[in-house]
Amino acid sequence: MENFFSRYKNPLALMAILFIQVVALATQVKRPEGGTGSAASGGTRLIRVWTVTAISPFERAFVSTGSFLRRNFYNYIDLHNVRKQNRALQAEVDQLKLEQVRLQQDAEQARRLRSLLGFTQHYVGQLLPAQVIGTSGSELSHLIQIDKGAKSGIKVDMPVITPDGIVGKVKDVFPYTSQVLLINDRDSGAGVILQNSRLQGVLRGSPQGELRIGEMMSDEKIEVGEEVVTSGGDRIYPKGLPVGTVSKVSPDKDNDPFLAVKVKPAADINRLEEVLIVTKIAQDGPDKNLQASDVRAADILAERLPSIPKPDEVKKAKAAAPANAPGQGGKPAQKTTASGTAPAVSAHAETSHTAKPAATTPTQKVAANPAGAGNPAAGNPHSASASGQGTNKAGQPDQKASHSGTGSATEKKAGASVPKAANVSTPHAAEPKATATPKAGASPSGVSPTTGDSGQPKPPEAGRPPQ
Amino acid sequence: MNYAAVSLTSREEIEVHRFSWPVSIGIPLLAIFIQVFFPLRLHFLAIFDLPLLVTIFFAVARRRPIPGMITGALIGTVQDAWTSLPIGVNGIAKTIIGFLASSLGVKLDVDNPGSRFLMTFTFFLVHRVIYVVIVLGLVGGNEPFSWRHTLLAALANALLSVVLFAGLDKFKQRM
Repeated sequence: MENFFSRYKNPLALMAILFIQVVALATQVKRPEGGTGSAASGGTRLIRVWTVTAISPFERAFVSTGSFLRRNFYNYIDLHNVRKQNRALQAEVDQLKLEQVRLQQDAEQARRLRSLLGFTQHYVGQLLPAQVIGTSGSELSHLIQIDKGAKSGIKVDMPVITPDGIVGKVKDVFPYTSQVLLINDRDSGAGVILQNSRLQGVLRGSPQGELRIGEMMSDEKIEVGEEVVTSGGDRIYPKGLPVGTVSKVSPDKDNDPFLAVKVKPAADINRLEEVLIVTKIAQDGPDKNLQASDVRAADILAERLPSIPKPDEVKKAKAAAPANAPGQGGKPAQKTTASGTAPAVSAHAETSHTAKPAATTPTQKVAANPAGAGNPAAGNPHSASASGQGTNKAGQPDQKASHSGTGSATEKKAGASVPKAANVSTPHAAEPKATATPKAGASPSGVSPTTGDSGQPKPPEAGRPPQ
Repeated sequence: MNYAAVSLTSREEIEVHRFSWPVSIGIPLLAIFIQVFFPLRLHFLAIFDLPLLVTIFFAVARRRPIPGMITGALIGTVQDAWTSLPIGVNGIAKTIIGFLASSLGVKLDVDNPGSRFLMTFTFFLVHRVIYVVIVLGLVGGNEPFSWRHTLLAALANALLSVVLFAGLDKFKQRM
């Protein structure tokens, strides 16, 4: 027996070492049902930490020294052209300022519309710059090392981007360094959307380091050059970040009914020097937007609307009311714009305790608005004033009504609700165009703050025009 | 019954060398450092597999299979720590190469440039085949295997090995 071991010492040692490594490998590989295996780094993390900790300081030192020398060299070179560049940049800044103003307006409008539709916006909240200090050193594994780790607040799965586009996500975090799995690695994946065709798919890396979008049906129209952005569906990358452009579309030989869509990455993945880690993804919900806007809109309305009507105005209104009310009936309400008054009207819907003010159609909302029609008939002086002004300032009479006609509770409600809507369409509120239905104006049961006095909070049905 | 060892080398050519501890640890770490650092700026350098060349060199120079395979296992494991692959893929491949190289070193003259070129060329191909088999069979990945690229890489590594081994010869110490 002893002779056997001494004779086959080397092959036995080989088998023993291989056995240990195979067992270690087996513990790391998770094989999902019906799919290919994937690596789980749980048990071998210590090896990775030790290795990276031993070598990364040298990499950091090399990169820092290289950067220092390169920076100084370029600083010297750049000094020659500083003045000329400065002038050009100043001109560019001026131009960008003008553009920024326009974009701000667009953004504000987009935010308002988003909040109307109830969208939740995810965007890049906080970025941390990091320097790339190493690679995997293998053609078969697309991974980079960065000089920021757990001490800098980096966590696993944080997205890594450049100004050009997404780069990858954090795979492993060590105290002072991290490993980033590039999007072109075969283990990588990202939810993407094609900019023009709005087709969604999953972007995957390939063993060759190429980017492909899989499972696109062959009857889909995808053009070469179409931009690809993140869809946000993977819950890693925020929506709308550039990914790349479609470089080739061909039938997928392996998956017959599908297309093989090849994507050229927007970021130069092979020449990364500095990257940005998204350490915080901010969420912007509709309520938050509206709340922020409420204050401004309320201020605006408070300036524009008197809270307590003056006695002489009341008298005038009283005098004007009989003249308008019997002859025109619902006309004031007819003149109220459907589009323009929607905000003010929806405010009424809320003041009248309707359950679903947002769901109310313009017609319904107008019907719910008694200020222009029902109230004059009822002889309400404020309503009369409303009918007099309704054509031009749709929101104003409603406010008056709510302020003067009802108790403090109603006032609060009106105050809280009007600006919401007013904020959305304040620009249109003054539009003289009137398209509301006559039925709406003729509604005798229209609920307003004044009708609210009767103690009958009306459901949404109250706003419907009578049949 | 005694068996005479079959060898293609003369007794004078079979020299077993050893290395100092700093060299034994420093050279493999330096090779891994270069491997992970330089392709960052010069992407084409990823075609070289310096840790493999160092494994072959140490195994051949020591001419002892067990130290050869342990060297291969350690270098491969450290190399794996830098990749997205599970640890052990390079470890297993380089263990086998370490074993084969040290076994071959006993039987062949591996100190002249021609034999070094052929040896490295062959071992690179064997290493790549083992690597792909492990990835396909054990990890369950889909590893591409391009013969043209693999042959080109083998050629480049073989050429580099001639220069590299000549430089590393200076660290050899006779036993």
